[in-house]
Amino acid sequence: MERTTLDLWVGMFVVAGVASLVFLAMKVGNLGTYNMSNTYELHAYFSNVGGLKPKASIKDAGVLVGRVVSINLDTNRYEADVVMHIDKRYQFPKDTFANILTSGLLGEQYIGLMPGGDTEMLKNGDRIKQTQSAMVLEDLISKFMFSKAAEPAATK
Amino acid sequence: MALIKTIREIGHRVINAVWRIGVAARFFFLTILYSGNSFRRFNLIVKELFSSGVMSLIIIIVAGLFVGMVLGLQGYETLKRYGSESALGVMVALGLVRELGPVIAALLFASRAGSAMTAEIGLMKATEQISAMEMMAVNPIARIVAPRFWAGVISMPLLAALFSAVGIFGGYLVGVVQIGVDEGSFWSQMQAAVDFREDVLNGVIKSLVFGTVVTLIALFEGFDAPPTAEGVSGATTRTVVTSSLAILMLDFVLTAIMFRGA
Repeated sequence: MERTTLDLWVGMFVVAGVASLVFLAMKVGNLGTYNMSNTYELHAYFSNVGGLKPKASIKDAGVLVGRVVSINLDTNRYEADVVMHIDKRYQFPKDTFANILTSGLLGEQYIGLMPGGDTEMLKNGDRIKQTQSAMVLEDLISKFMFSKAAEPAATK
Repeated sequence: MALIKTIREIGHRVINAVWRIGVAARFFFLTILYSGNSFRRFNLIVKELFSSGVMSLIIIIVAGLFVGMVLGLQGYETLKRYGSESALGVMVALGLVRELGPVIAALLFASRAGSAMTAEIGLMKATEQISAMEMMAVNPIARIVAPRFWAGVISMPLLAALFSAVGIFGGYLVGVVQIGVDEGSFWSQMQAAVDFREDVLNGVIKSLVFGTVVTLIALFEGFDAPPTAEGVSGATTRTVVTSSLAILMLDFVLTAIMFRGA
């Protein structure tokens, strides 16, 4: 096969295109940052998930340890059943506490885990017993208003 | 009488349009059928990759850079009001990877490479080169159309990816280097928000579809052009108009399928 300058140009074009695809995948997308191939599954009931969405992050001490896979309504309890995939490298005690937290004031919501002191660890398919629901801004405001109204007139 | 004439005219146009669509479908089928030969003679495709892909590089890179820079500026101005300048990277990246990259690259490709293809094939027809090939028992679809078709289909996703990558770099230049948005949050929020399968891969699929449609329209218009100077110029115009409209309409359909309520 004889080689021409045309082949060189086309080769450069293809290399540049593929390189930018790799750039988009690794540097812009999340392919290079977090590999969730080895995970185990945990469940948790929340009475209100607020704005939590599938693929929301799960953090312990600010470190990303897993992702929310699905959120369904359990019609036996009328509570949200949240399925989480946690990285196999991280094990959590049986009495771990799951909170729905918000990053920043209006940021996206994530699940924060607070490990307890139990010596037994959560296994694949286990359920986190202690949970705290999302903070809903309207509830907070109405609580504040009621408490203000209930205050004795002495403060006036 | 005038009424009947108008109705007849409308009917004639509708039937003509449907007829053309049918011919175009048969043309597409034949192109796929005869492309086996063009893969065996891959240097034909390489040659067309040069004229449609490599020659479009400059316009794609320059346009991508400026689109990214404008996105950076406009995004910063808007996000600043809500105090969330750190989300600038997310905005630029998602906007480019999902929409602007595939769509603008395809529009530029249609006007840069598509019009050239139509004019070239139309002129080949006008100067009876295509009839000459048929006389020599060379199948013009296998020899002329199929290599151009595959070159367009191959180069379109690469051009769109290049456009997005250069655009993100342009947004980075304006946002981080010039305005001074925090570099760490620019990249890290981008990585957290852009999903490979959901965003990057869907963008690639979009550009593949656009590449197929644009190249097909350009080749068909060229092949179907009346063999006159006027006919070729009309066909070139129709290529740009039809493929631009097709890109924008298909983009809506694809977006509705891909990102519905996600």
